[in-house]
Amino acid sequence: MDIITVFIQKAIGQGIGILFGASGEIITEKSGNLNLGIPGIMYMGGIAGLMGAFFYENATDNPIPMLGVIISLLAAFLCAAFGALIYSILTITFRANQNVVGLALTTFGVGFGNFFGGSISKMAGGVGQISVSTTASLYQKQIPGLSKIPVIGPILFSYGFLTYTAVIIAIYLTFYLRKTRSGLNLRSVGENPATADAAGIGVTKYKYLATVLGGGIAGLGGLYFVMEYLGGTWTNNGFGDRGWLAIALVIFALWDPSKAIFGSFLFGAFFILYIYIPGLSRSAQELFKMVPYLVTILVLILTSLRNKRENQPPASLGEPYFREER
Amino acid sequence: MSTVGQKEVKEPLIRMMKRDSIPARTAWLIRIAAVILALIVCAFAIVAITKLDPFQVYVGIIDGAIGNSRRTWVTIRDILVLLGIAIALTPAFKMKFWNIGAEGQVLMGGLASAALMIYVGDKVPNWLLLITIFVASTVAGMVWGLIPAFFKSYFNTNETLFTLMMNYVAMQIITYCIVFWESPAGSNTVGVINAAKRAGWFPQILGSTYGLNVIMVLLLTVGMFLYLKYTKQGYEISVVGDSQNTARYAAINVKKVIIRTMVISGGICGLMGSIIVSGASHTISTSTAGGRGFTAIIVAWMSKFNPFAMILVSALLVFMQEGSIQIASQYGLNENASELITGIILFFLIGCEFFVNYKVEFRKKQKGVI
Amino acid sequence: MDQANAIELKNITKRFGKVIANEGVNLTLKKGEILSILGENGSGKTTLMNMLSGIYMPDEGQIFMDGKEVSIHSPKDALDLKIGMIHQHFKLIDILTAAENIILGLPGSHVLKTAQIEEEIKKIIESYGFDLNPSQKIYDMSVSQKQTVEIIKVLYRGADVLILDEPTAVLTPQETDKLFAILRNMRESGKSIIIITHKLQEVLDISDRVAVLRKGKYMGSVNTQEATVGGLTEMMVGEKITLDIKRNDPVDPQLRLKVDKLTVKNMEGIKVVNEVTFTSNSGEILGIAGIAGSGQKELLEAIAGLEKIEDGKVIYHACDGKEIILSDLSPEGIKNQGVNYSFVPEDRLGMGLVGNMDITDNMMLRSYRNGKSIFTDRKAPKKLALDIIQELGVVTPGVTTPVRRLSGGNVQKVLVGREIACNPNVLMVAYPVRGLDINSSYMIYNLLSDQKEQGCAVICVIEDLDVLIELCDRIIVLCNGKITGTLDARKTTKEEVGILMTKDTKEGE
Repeated sequence: MDIITVFIQKAIGQGIGILFGASGEIITEKSGNLNLGIPGIMYMGGIAGLMGAFFYENATDNPIPMLGVIISLLAAFLCAAFGALIYSILTITFRANQNVVGLALTTFGVGFGNFFGGSISKMAGGVGQISVSTTASLYQKQIPGLSKIPVIGPILFSYGFLTYTAVIIAIYLTFYLRKTRSGLNLRSVGENPATADAAGIGVTKYKYLATVLGGGIAGLGGLYFVMEYLGGTWTNNGFGDRGWLAIALVIFALWDPSKAIFGSFLFGAFFILYIYIPGLSRSAQELFKMVPYLVTILVLILTSLRNKRENQPPASLGEPYFREER
Repeated sequence: MSTVGQKEVKEPLIRMMKRDSIPARTAWLIRIAAVILALIVCAFAIVAITKLDPFQVYVGIIDGAIGNSRRTWVTIRDILVLLGIAIALTPAFKMKFWNIGAEGQVLMGGLASAALMIYVGDKVPNWLLLITIFVASTVAGMVWGLIPAFFKSYFNTNETLFTLMMNYVAMQIITYCIVFWESPAGSNTVGVINAAKRAGWFPQILGSTYGLNVIMVLLLTVGMFLYLKYTKQGYEISVVGDSQNTARYAAINVKKVIIRTMVISGGICGLMGSIIVSGASHTISTSTAGGRGFTAIIVAWMSKFNPFAMILVSALLVFMQEGSIQIASQYGLNENASELITGIILFFLIGCEFFVNYKVEFRKKQKGVI
Repeated sequence: MDQANAIELKNITKRFGKVIANEGVNLTLKKGEILSILGENGSGKTTLMNMLSGIYMPDEGQIFMDGKEVSIHSPKDALDLKIGMIHQHFKLIDILTAAENIILGLPGSHVLKTAQIEEEIKKIIESYGFDLNPSQKIYDMSVSQKQTVEIIKVLYRGADVLILDEPTAVLTPQETDKLFAILRNMRESGKSIIIITHKLQEVLDISDRVAVLRKGKYMGSVNTQEATVGGLTEMMVGEKITLDIKRNDPVDPQLRLKVDKLTVKNMEGIKVVNEVTFTSNSGEILGIAGIAGSGQKELLEAIAGLEKIEDGKVIYHACDGKEIILSDLSPEGIKNQGVNYSFVPEDRLGMGLVGNMDITDNMMLRSYRNGKSIFTDRKAPKKLALDIIQELGVVTPGVTTPVRRLSGGNVQKVLVGREIACNPNVLMVAYPVRGLDINSSYMIYNLLSDQKEQGCAVICVIEDLDVLIELCDRIIVLCNGKITGTLDARKTTKEEVGILMTKDTKEGE
């Protein structure tokens, strides 16, 4: 395989986790909730999935990979959705400030992930290094046959099923937002909840559902990282700041999940570019890692300059909604 | 008036209404209740996960936070840092400018401080070096606050997301610098700077290593209180925060106020960076701010800009954190237990504000009773 | 003429905190009629209708539809009962198309069949004679087009009861005629219509029956055929009022402000103030007349430096003869030039006052810069606050109560009081008596007259034409952002002003 193929493959591998996070955050933000807890939620999803598979594999002698996958998927999704539910209760029902709750959730979620990641082995009776190789192997299974085609194979078909799930989710969400009735309702809730309310749309219901489902989807990003990317192990803070990159990607994609697909590959590419540029000093490599953030800032500035109506954040983003407030 | 008809109309079970006002005592009782509830929930979590006696754990937390004079001073030192950053954020929040960038502003201040310690550490007397450090770190934080403020005021660029991104740019600048400053080579850390000569370290004051930290942060706290409450600039911040239209109507230059306030906010964050680096850790890394830039946002917001409340909230959070780190090592738990507990306490504190601001009424089906 | 009742309200009461918005209101709407609800500003018309449309819930009382009691907890409940309300502030989503706004919140196929939906909407458009493109985005639309979208939205949902809140406030006379024709078509097809208004002539033009509200209470209803302007006015305002406003002849008027071909565009790029030219003199009250939204707000804000001026000049002639071009300056610049003007803007809490601050701190808004110290002085503002509370009879628990907790009338008094206390050379006021009772209104009129006698140049926007004619010295009339006439208030009549207010100058926008 030539270096460019490998580069593209690795960039996509880096991008998918962020894509899950961004897709989840986009539908959350479309309901008017700016959930800064997404980084924490992704940690929660990752560790819950890992623990689910771990306890399952430890409990049976002959773990069935498929069952491990299902258990971990459910655990990751539900745990992440639970994190988003805390956020929803505090911001929607209790009307607390979204930024404050989001940041608290990130503190909690990252702690949650690292705490259980660090103590899972002790809790299971000191089994040493956690590994869920049986389950992870199914996560990492490439598409048989197709992945062997030269060039196209590695670039398009050499990934586990979560990668394709991420892309499908993003495409579906774009379709959902643009072409479906409930997508239209969701957009209107985020743009102008008072209007949506007057039109008979259950604003609270939409906000809850979008935020909780969005959290669940973002949690799969953590699971992806743990299972497909790391192969079923945990390292504390290994997920790093990818959660914040996911929030950056939302801006970069101008709140459109299908744009986030290529955006995520691009971010992934920025993330690893330094490895593939020959002759870079170590210090220059560090500067390269800054690129995704700088690009996001640039996009943020450009959209505010161009001021095109369709490209703006949802108009009520960050604002609480209370019908009888006056 | 005609006769009142029978009331058969279904009312929703729960009605929430904004309170007109609430006695301060009741408000504090609600908050204290929330903290106690949070501790109970934490206790359940501790039992569920570790099977340890929760009372023992809480005794362990107290011991860990203030068990001996060294631990107490560490706790005080960390309270001061959190308090200082929260103080720095207050003017920005009062202006409704969402400065999520404290982490980066603190890091830039810390970076300036570390750079001076490394490059001019043995060339000038310590008092001059310290003053230079204060000035340089403040300026570094100012620049980091100024950039998003400029774009906010001239192009209305979303400041929440902008300042958030600036944090990670700052972190990358630090990892970049670590490459040059690393010691010992290959460790990818900077190590304790000027360990032998203590150049650029805070001197012992009032018999304590952290005396200068206490003095500086308390001065900042009192200063900020006076600034916001009694100065013309503080008044302008309040007006801009309430309504930019009103501010323009009152002939206030909104752009100028936004930029000036963020320069102050970023500047104090930068200064806090120097207090962390020169006054406490004597090294620099991407975790120099250690998430406290984010936690301080919560502290500042929940204290509603009241410096006294800010001291209490910072103290509570740091106390629990230091304590949990102690019990974690004592019982072989993971040290991240502290973040978990902090998170739970924060959820309860944030949630209880709803009950301070709103009256919740359970309506029963009753006839003729008002 | 004994039709069945479509809606019956019994003993409806609604409070907001200590303020009673509606008290024991009884009201019926018959099937297939157009009912006008008439009342002054603040009489509780909109609040009452909001309880029908599910925005608010009544604290007491019952609502019956077709004889059955119903409870309306949300706008959705209202729509299910086929009640549709067209609000004064349009509830539309800017970035969506007309069609998307119309179907918003409706059940139907999961995937949107846009073509089919637009076809259905076109049918409604044709059958009532509307003019609208269903795929146009709202942010590209004029006000009357937006109103059309709102009406079609309600029709598309099959509403049988339509409630229109001040629908003509934003329309030109032609557009109003068109709207009324459409409303009559709807009545023919069996719909029941409620139209909220405070314009008597429209009531007589369009409605079958008039119901009157005064200060939140129901005053009764009259069949339009039997109604007279005098009778309705009396029901609306209570005891017959003879206006008796102090007005002396201007003493030594001198040119203070010259506005020359001033043009202001709104966000959509439409000229909301179009080449307006007038002068304002010291010792004189200049009145501005016009339908709401004819550019009054933008004109005053442009003079105060708060709106971007597209073209034209505003020149201030100081007492010492110096000329200062205000149109180049920001509010800060105007202040620094030493121009002493006061301004009571239309948006009290959003512009004139800081809602979360108390009365004292709001007094400081004008004076906080005084003195060289970096600290603010609170003594003088506190004294001023106490004076205003006393002299203007502001009802407040104390000087430390945030102004947003005060009622509209009291907020108004605080603002007007502060602006007059500045002893301005130019005083601009928009709707100075909105939300005030008759007594307080007169107090304000007299304050304006006092200012005039002290040599101030007063410019005021007043809705009530009777007041305008009796209070002012000169009147300019705005229509669609243009001046359609400058009148001598002592010689003109209400009719003359009314005609100029609706005199369209053919050029469109």
